[in-house]
Amino acid sequence: MTSPPTDNHAELLRALLAGKLPDENGRFGPFGGQYVPETLIPALARLKEGVYGLLPTEDFQERLQNQLRSWVGRPTALTYAPRLSERWSAEVWLKREDLAHTGAHKINNAIGQGLLAEALGASRVVAETGAGQHGVASAAACARLGLPCIVYMGEIDIERQAPNVDRMTRLGAEVVAVKSGDRTLRAAIDEALRDWVSDPSDTYYLLGSAVGPHPYPYLVRELQAVIGREARTQILEHCGALPDAVFACVGGGSNAIGLFHAFLGDQDVHLVGVEAGGRGEALGDNSATLVGGRPGVLHGAHSMLLYDEDGQIQETHSVSAGLDYPGVGPEHSFLKLVGRANYVTANDVEALDAVDECCSEEGILPALETAHALAGARRWAKKNQGKRILIGLSGRGDKDVPILRQHALSTETANAAP
Amino acid sequence: MQPREKLRQTLENVQGTALVAFLTAGYPKPETFLDLLREISATADVVEIGVPFTDPMADGVTIQRSSQSALRQGVTLKWIFNQLESCSFKLNSPILLMSYMNPLLAFGLESLVSRMQNTGVSGLIVPDLPYEESDVLKSGLNTQGLALVQMVTPATPKARLEKLCLASDGFVYAVTRTGITGGGSGLPEDLAQYLEGIKSLAKLPVCAGFGIRDAAQVKLIGKHADGVIVGSALVEVLEQGKSVGQFLNALRPE
Repeated sequence: MTSPPTDNHAELLRALLAGKLPDENGRFGPFGGQYVPETLIPALARLKEGVYGLLPTEDFQERLQNQLRSWVGRPTALTYAPRLSERWSAEVWLKREDLAHTGAHKINNAIGQGLLAEALGASRVVAETGAGQHGVASAAACARLGLPCIVYMGEIDIERQAPNVDRMTRLGAEVVAVKSGDRTLRAAIDEALRDWVSDPSDTYYLLGSAVGPHPYPYLVRELQAVIGREARTQILEHCGALPDAVFACVGGGSNAIGLFHAFLGDQDVHLVGVEAGGRGEALGDNSATLVGGRPGVLHGAHSMLLYDEDGQIQETHSVSAGLDYPGVGPEHSFLKLVGRANYVTANDVEALDAVDECCSEEGILPALETAHALAGARRWAKKNQGKRILIGLSGRGDKDVPILRQHALSTETANAAP
Repeated sequence: MQPREKLRQTLENVQGTALVAFLTAGYPKPETFLDLLREISATADVVEIGVPFTDPMADGVTIQRSSQSALRQGVTLKWIFNQLESCSFKLNSPILLMSYMNPLLAFGLESLVSRMQNTGVSGLIVPDLPYEESDVLKSGLNTQGLALVQMVTPATPKARLEKLCLASDGFVYAVTRTGITGGGSGLPEDLAQYLEGIKSLAKLPVCAGFGIRDAAQVKLIGKHADGVIVGSALVEVLEQGKSVGQFLNALRPE
């Protein structure tokens, strides 16, 4: 799956490890960039100034750390999973982002960008959401900071993630149903971008994943890198050694890039991103961008993408709304290109099974997105016995209860059939 | 003469305000595409053919609708080139293609340039390709003297405006307001000053687009720019089944 390493790839990886990527053009090797309408170029320039000028300052970091500690609830726990370990013949550790405020890693990014929006003097914040986790996190962060928040959400996602819509509204956000395009996450990003184009100077676009035009992939990675930094320290404390493998689910890829980043320099740590294999391998039946896609341009970045022979973006499928996206962050495309991370898929059925197993064996209800990471890790563990595995438990699955109920019903019906 | 030079000259030679008309390829029906093209080019000085795309992030609801409809009816960039190639009459006006980046990438740069040349397309407008990302496409188009029309907007700072005006081919596309195509929100109050600012920097004709729908607006813009670009309003005329020829003629100030 991964391209054979070449000198050029080794050099690119060294540049990344030295902190030189993205470069000044917002590129990770061939991926990234700023493919946006001209109207947004000055807004991205202002954002870039904010990201590079404010983010590293002591004052900003102090405000961010304070929010992460006292409001988000960081550091999140690293949990040993004894029963999964036994079943899989492995040593399984879970990095518990489900324990972060609002129930997923999304809050790390939302509060960080919220503080940035405040510092840049934005008068309103727009966000997109798929599963609703980023929408809820944005709504909460904006409420906390006193910023008006508008969340664009595809009509289909509004239906399948109804509990999160109520939460956003209760937290004071205005949820706008997107009826255009594919009516899921991709259309929601289109619509949020259109909103931003209409008011680029006063609106702050709080993008929820490590995708989009530069500097978003960098900004989101920096804000999510706390996951891997904590996890690396915690696992060294507990075990005195690094994990053999690290697993995370990949839709746009923010929790994965956040978890992977601290381990990039640890050459012996195997990094695996698990994409949504959906209901099959054919184009349109999954959201496996890195496994099945080609380089292309969507939502402001050059990255791996699922599209047809005419360049039209492919409709995708996954049981998890948060992974149901045809693109992926440019840094993941880069990590695949240089061979530093591997990307595999887990399908709908495997993910649903993984939810059940994690519930019954460890007393944790993981999000359907997260379940893909568990399914990928389980498959790997069975082939590689006795390894220490770290899994990014990116979010809790309370929002998925209606879907889980539906699937349980349809399975019962199928089993009852003659 | 190079296609981009011819495009510039065509616009420069127009008496009064030049008219650039936008048509989503294959909308409302693929079978009437060439007839519509002929009808539009009888009045418009330049025709901009929209290549439909699934995710048109710079477009408002009207062009989103026409793009979706064209896609559903199987319109592709390849189909557009085939249609132009099969065209039995000579079009009066230079043709531009308006396309988002991904359909162009999927088509391949080399084939793109050669088919543009074979079918008499003068150049491209690519709404999600800002100047900084345009090197590769631009050098490909340059080899055959094809145009890459640059957009500028009211949000563009002056130093950048100067750079973009210099980089553009054929004409400078002055977006009238920050926002997406279409809509009836009218034109901004400081439009005259904005357009004069571009005129003073540009060595090429300046054509203004986004939200232009009637003769009064065309007359007003004509005082400060060389031409207007009409897109969503024309698509709406098609949606209502009205005559595009009549609509375009009515936009022309007497």
